[in-house]
Formats: sequence, C-alpha cells, structure tokens
Amino acid sequence: MPDKCEYGLLIDYEYCTGCYACQVACAQEYGWPEGMGGIRVIEVEQRLPNDRAYLSYIPFPTELCILCAPRTRQGLEPACVKHCMAACMKYGKIEDLAREMSQKPRMVLWVPRS
Amino acid sequence: MTKGKNRQIVRTTTWSAGPGCHGGCGVLAHIEDGKLVKIEGDPEHPWNQGRLCSRCLAMTQYINHPDRLTRPLKRIGERGEGKWQEISWDEAFDLIENKLGKIREDYGPESVIFSMGTGRDIGAWICMLAYAYGSPNVMFALSGIACYSPRISAVETVQGDYCILDAAQWFPKRYEDPRYQVPECIVVWGYNIPASCPDNVFGHWIIDLMKKGTKIITIDPRLSWFASRAEKWLRLRPGTDGALAMGFLNVIINEGLYDKEFVEKWTNAAHLVRSDTGKLLRESDWVEGGSPVNFVVWDTARQAPAIWDSQQLEYKSANVRPALEGEYEVSLADGTRVSAKTVCDVFVEQVNQYPVERVSEITWVPPKDIIEAARLYARSKPAAIHWGVPIDMTPAITPTVQAITDLWCLTGNLDVPGGNVISRYAFDAVAYALPGAKGVIKLKSKEDDEKRIGADQYGPLRKFIWRAQTDVTLEQIFTEDPYPIKGMWLQACNPVAGIGLDPKRWVEALKKLDFVVAVDLFMNPTTQLADVVLPATTFLEKDSIRSWWIPLQSINKAITVGECKPDIEINFELAKRFDPDFRWNNIHELFDEILKPSGLTFRELQQQGWAFPPEGHPSHPYHRFEKGLLRPDVKPGFQTPSGKVELYSVLREEWGLEPVAHYEEPPFTPISQPELCKEYPLILSTGRRSPVYFHAEHRNIPWLREIDPDPVIEIHPKTAKSLNIANGEWVWVENWLGRCKFRAKVTLVVPEWMVMTAHGWWFPEEPGEEPSLFGVWKSNVNQLIPMGFQGEDGLGAPIKHLLCKIYRVDEQEEARDAR
Ligand code: SF4
Ligand code: SF4
Ligand code: SF4
Repeated sequence: MPDKCEYGLLIDYEYCTGCYACQVACAQEYGWPEGMGGIRVIEVEQRLPNDRAYLSYIPFPTELCILCAPRTRQGLEPACVKHCMAACMKYGKIEDLAREMSQKPRMVLWVPRS
Repeated sequence: MTKGKNRQIVRTTTWSAGPGCHGGCGVLAHIEDGKLVKIEGDPEHPWNQGRLCSRCLAMTQYINHPDRLTRPLKRIGERGEGKWQEISWDEAFDLIENKLGKIREDYGPESVIFSMGTGRDIGAWICMLAYAYGSPNVMFALSGIACYSPRISAVETVQGDYCILDAAQWFPKRYEDPRYQVPECIVVWGYNIPASCPDNVFGHWIIDLMKKGTKIITIDPRLSWFASRAEKWLRLRPGTDGALAMGFLNVIINEGLYDKEFVEKWTNAAHLVRSDTGKLLRESDWVEGGSPVNFVVWDTARQAPAIWDSQQLEYKSANVRPALEGEYEVSLADGTRVSAKTVCDVFVEQVNQYPVERVSEITWVPPKDIIEAARLYARSKPAAIHWGVPIDMTPAITPTVQAITDLWCLTGNLDVPGGNVISRYAFDAVAYALPGAKGVIKLKSKEDDEKRIGADQYGPLRKFIWRAQTDVTLEQIFTEDPYPIKGMWLQACNPVAGIGLDPKRWVEALKKLDFVVAVDLFMNPTTQLADVVLPATTFLEKDSIRSWWIPLQSINKAITVGECKPDIEINFELAKRFDPDFRWNNIHELFDEILKPSGLTFRELQQQGWAFPPEGHPSHPYHRFEKGLLRPDVKPGFQTPSGKVELYSVLREEWGLEPVAHYEEPPFTPISQPELCKEYPLILSTGRRSPVYFHAEHRNIPWLREIDPDPVIEIHPKTAKSLNIANGEWVWVENWLGRCKFRAKVTLVVPEWMVMTAHGWWFPEEPGEEPSLFGVWKSNVNQLIPMGFQGEDGLGAPIKHLLCKIYRVDEQEEARDAR
C-alpha cells in the first residue's frame, strides 16, 4: 500500500495559457536534462458545434514531480506554482484544494506520485 | 541580500537581451561564485508579482551557454566563410575606429547605417553611437518599420499621445488601488499571449482582469487562446482590420452609442472643410493676415464663421456655439465664396461608406457578429482595446489605426480608469528620440538630419519617427542614389534570419558594403556576414535604466561573462572616439542626466529598484487632457496641431494623404490578386508566436527548444486532407518569391482558407558558414515576403497576408538532394 497522500496541485485550466513557465521552472529548479522534468504541459483542442473549438492547456505532473518537498519544507511555494504566469496553479492540502474545486468549473486536482 | 555560503541574490529588472523582453519583470538572480545558478520572479515587484516567463526561467542555459560569444572576433576568410580570429577589445575598437573613420572621411557619416532589431535596451545606445559618429541613419531593419513605431506615430497623429490598455500598471498596489476600475470588456485585437510583453504590457495582466470579470472580444483570424474564451470572436480575413474598425464606427455612430459630449468638446468635429478643395478651412483662407494654423467653425449663435485658435485653445470670440453638422457659405479673404461642411459631416460620410453588409463582404465576418461586438464594446463602461503587431503589419497601417483610435475616443474610453490610458515615459525621463519624445541623446544639429533616408519622402519620419526608412535604405545600398552606403553597424539585429524580408537581398546588400560590424550574443546567420563581431551581454551583466511607460526601473549588474561587454559600454567607448565633444565621462553620468526629471540619481534608483510618478505628474493617469497635463503650455487639450482629437487629421492633410480613417485592400490578397490567387490559393499569414522564443532567438536553448522543436505551419484539417498532408509531416510553402519547409500542425486553430507559419527560424546546430548559414534558407518564411510594399506614408508592410500554396515534401527527392 502506498503512503497516504496529503498534498496536491490544483489547476484552474480555464486560465492556463500554455506559457510553459511551469515546465521550465521545474527544469531550472532541479536541473533536469532535456526531455525530463516534473511537469509537462498538454494541449487539448476540442471541436465544438457550429465550427467552434475550445483550446485548453493543462500542466500534468510526471513521475519526476516531488511536489517540491525541498522548497515547501522551507515554506516556499513549488517552483512551478510560484512562476505560473496565469496564477492558475495552487499547492496545498488535498482536502482544502478539493473544497476550492467546488467553487468553479474547469478545475483539475493532481496528486502526484511525489 | 545573501543566502547560504557563497550565494548572493541580486534584485534587478529584465529588459533584453536574455528573455527577449519588452516588459520589465522584477527578478531575483541567485549568484554563486560569480555564476548565475537560478533566477526567480521577484514577488515584491508590482509588474510581475513573482511570476516569470519560460525564457527568463531558462536564463542559466542562455548565460552559461557554450556557444556564447565571449571575445571580439575578426573575419580572416571571405565574408560568410566562417573563418574568425579572436582579438582583444583594444584591437577591435582600433579596427572599427579606423575603418568607420575612413568611411566618414571619404563619403560622409551618413554613409554608415546603424541598424537595430527590436530595440529595447539597445535602441538608445545605437542612437548614441550613430549621432556621435554623425550619421542620422539609424534604421529599424523591418520593412515599413512595421513594428510599434507606426502604431505610436498613427495614434499620435490623431490624439497627440500614445495610449495603452489600463491594467493599473501605474500604481504600486495595482488592481487594489481605489482609483482603478476593472474594464468591463477588453477587445483583444490581433494579439496572442506569447508572454513577450509587447506594447510594454505583461500579457497575463489580461488574464488577471478576466478573473476579475472582464469580458473579452477577440478579433483574430486564428482561434487563439483568447478567441476560444471570448464573449465574441470575430474571425476576420487577415489585413481587413481597417474595414472592421470602420464597421464598428458605423454601428456606433448610427446607433448613437458614442459620447456626444466628448465629440463636441474634445474633437475637431466642428471644424469646417472646404467643399472646393476638400481641405480644412483655415483662418488664413478666411481673413487677410489670418493664421494658417487656426481653423474655422460655424457659430450658430451669430450665424457666422468663428475662429478656433490652435495656440490659445479657445475661440477668438466669446460664447461660440459651433455647429457640428451642416453646410455653410463662407466668403474668403480673396473675395470668393465657398461652401464648407463640418469635419463631423465629412467623418460620418466616410463612416457611412462602410455599412455592415459591405464590411462583412470585405472581412468575411458575419454582419450579426460585427453588430453585436460593436455594441458590446460601446456599451461596456469602461472598455479597452489591446492590439498586437498585425496592426502595424499592413501597408495601410495609419488609416487603420486612425479608425481604432477614433473608437476609443468616441466611446469616451480615453484616459479613463480601465480604458485606453495615455502612456508617457515615467517622469518623462527619456533616453533617446522616440515617437512623441525627444530624449537626452540627440543628433548634434538639424543639418546632421538632412540626409536621413526617406525623411524627405515620408511625413511621419519628419514628425514622429527619427529613423531611416528601411525599404528605401535597402534600395539605396544598390543604387547608391542619392549617395553611397558603405558601412553597417548591426546590433541585436538579424535581418538574414529574423527581421529582414526578402533576406537573400539583405545578404547581397551586406556583401556589397565595405565594412560591417555585428554586435550580438551568439553567432547567427547575419553575424556570419560581418567583418567584426563583438560579444554583448544579457541584462544580468549590465547596469542600465528602463524608462518605458511605468514604472521607472534600474537594471543592476549581477555577473560578468567572459569578456562580454554591455551594448551601452561598447557604444560609449566608440562614441567617445568618434566625437571629440561627447558630453559624458562615464555611463552613470549619462544615466543621471536621463533620470534628471525623476529627481533621482542612478544610484538612488538602484537602491529603491523602481519608482512610480506621483499623482499630478503628466506621466500619471487619469483625465489628463482635461487637467492640462498633456501640453507644455498646460492648457487642457491634446498635443495635436489643433489641440483636439483629430477625426480629420491636420498632419495627414499637410502630408498630402487622406486625412480621415478608411480601409485600403492590401496588395497580395485573394481580392487584390485574383490571378495570383488561382495558383496560390491559400492566405499565408506569418509570425505564429511561440511561448518559448522571441523572434529569431532561443533555438539553441535546450529547455526551450524541446518545447517547440521545429518550424510549424498550422493547417486546417480539411485543407490538410484535401492536400493529403498528415499531422507532423514536412510541407513546402511556396509562392512566386520562393519556398521553404515547415512541419504541419493540423489544427482547427486556423480557418480552411489560411495557413499560419512561424517566423525567425534558423538552426544553430547546423554549419554556420555559407551556403548553409545555420540552415537559414530551409524555413525562413521571409523569403516569401517582398520588400518595398510600405504604405503611402512609409510605414507598414504586408507581413500577415500573403498568398501561397503548400504541398508535401517528397522524402525521396529530399534524400536525393542530400546526397
Ligand atoms: S511541484 Fe516542484 S517538482 Fe513538481 S512539477 Fe512543480 S516544480 Fe516540479
Ligand atoms: S505556467 Fe501556468 S499558465 Fe503557464 S503553462 Fe504552466 S500552468 Fe499553464
Ligand atoms: S519577456 Fe516579459 S515575462 Fe519574460 S522576463 Fe521579459 S518582461 Fe518578464
């Protein structure tokens, strides 16, 4: 049985712009070589009726995300969260984030392997 | 600030080179043993509040890159052969002084062009060097100077000052400031969110505002991020922005959605236009000895003409009640009688040429959407318009901008909280001559300016833009008429890969010159063609100041890399050598002079980091035209020839150009080129923004390149299917000027009738010497765009609306060619 999970990342993907700051922030923080990193930004293009479409970006935490334990221990925000250009990422306790999630649509809560 | 053993944290401001910014993020640079180990956003800085873009977060890979130029280089082979020798700075300076000195002696200082890319913290120092050398020919190397300056110049033509979206950037507490109001609606016009902070607006401020309730109207042929979240999205045909703006005006005027008080009080709507000549009726026409700068209105109180005094900003007689409408008979000084009508009538007649149905035919936007969007904008209070560079990138840029400027003026959104707010350089501290500002760094005399290329031909170049006209300059290199060009100084300027249209012609031009110096951070396709290459620095390796809108900021040196020198230091040394009367002894002395209006010295500014102009200062909002804060004579009004917002432009009339906003079809569209369109049926739009690149930069930064590895062309699924092109395949993009290769991204983002390509592509990993020039000919889309199609006023170029065909790259043919 895995350890109980306590912390997660809440993403408001209504506002994620696909700026990739989170991905590079993680690479910088941990010196990841090309192709590796704690977070990957995914583009989703959804076709809608009447010739419309909706463009979404979602940062996805990989197997390498450690939820910035060395930073959070010092009371700092995770590097990706801190630099997110759209301020659409939040780090916190899963139950707090889940509560916040019920406040608006287009949210996703990640609980990385960490 | 310190942390850990050898770790030092330096607080500074970003502004090129490095992330490629126009903005000014506050950052904390973590330095260990003189090396940058990490960079973070400064949470206390009001600009970015701790955030930072991907390019800035990759600064460690940029600064410590193994390919950084760290010593001056001298060419030892043929131009383009890629053979270089490292030399000392002293040798480099001597060589340049010698060569450029000789050119000045033999041909005059105007024979050397000082060329910049997107200027930022380099523009001022290029001017400093050019002016010390004596050349007026500072050139922004894009055709039609088509980035930003044209918009500034065109807005100033209408209203005397530039203005931008209000995101509370004038206040230290930003959105929390009680004077601020969140816009009810923002029109995002031809702007994506590339996070490079064009217009000196941090793109994500708009997202902050969306979270606070701002609704978005997006005007864009692409389904951009904003488009997919917009209340209204108008997918217009590229290049028809002017027609759409006229359509908006049509709805707003005919539905009475404009601010009548503003029109009466603050525009030149009442001024009379002669029906015989079609020109403004001036006091000098009307009375003997009258002033040609004063204008005439029809006073309904006296049923007679009255004079608007453009100096005093009042009528010459008391209690004038000017007519806004109607046609009147006036007897002139020479005895003739002419009829004249009001600017308001002329303007409305023009606007009525653009009924919504016609605008819909031109723009391909359904009439219903035009009407609804115009109403939403006009009824939202306040509302702001934020535009992007596509507005500059069309030959009829000025009439387009006149129409858009009229929109925010007529809806009462000028210089109000949450509207389009007049943007002045903080404290009016300005380094160099920019549109609307004179600055500390100037040409020594008016005579020095006489030979500036294109200034005699183009009005805006005599009034707002102190640059050589690029297209005319390129031609003059070949024709040598009216005088020969012998040398070029290129600083952070890469015409072969980035900023130059028809880049092979730029290669020819560079090869024709006697002496070429390039200043840059990495070798690139342009530096390969220079005689001397000087290594410049990033923002972390220099002291400087940033005065571009608000706040005023200092840039503080944190590290040194190799023998790299900041642009300003390089140019300062040479300026001293070329100009015996050069006024400053050191850089800080120059900074202090530039900063003088702020009351701060450079050291003081460094200590506090940034400074906001106080309430009551002309660079602090709001309602400045009412308070007399815009004009040197402190009279309420604007810095235009009439002192009013000019719906009918006095300057344009004087330059022999159509004075009222209107639409012109661009030169290479399916409408203007139906024959060409048969062979090249797709609209080609270029300049697809990447979040990880700034124009031609950053392809060599591993963390960034992995995110956007190949030059991309966006193709609609139906178009791709009909051409048998699959996602990820390489395709040729071709027109009558050439062809180049892109990787297909099959996407709903573009319409069926258009493709969109990235720009600025070259491959730092490929051989630098000719013919490869870092593989620049493979995917540089500028090969498909001609020079020489600037607008009537010398500004704008057809960059966003060409024609092309596309087809799959034949792998076998490729393999054959490679052998
Ligand atoms: S939380 Fe930390 S480790 Fe995880 S993705 Fe973000 S920056 Fe990387
Ligand atoms: S930094 Fe924020 S806005 Fe940018 S891609 Fe990551 S989650 Fe999205
Ligand atoms: S490009 Fe913009 S976000 Fe990036 S560092 Fe420069 S100012 Fe900041």
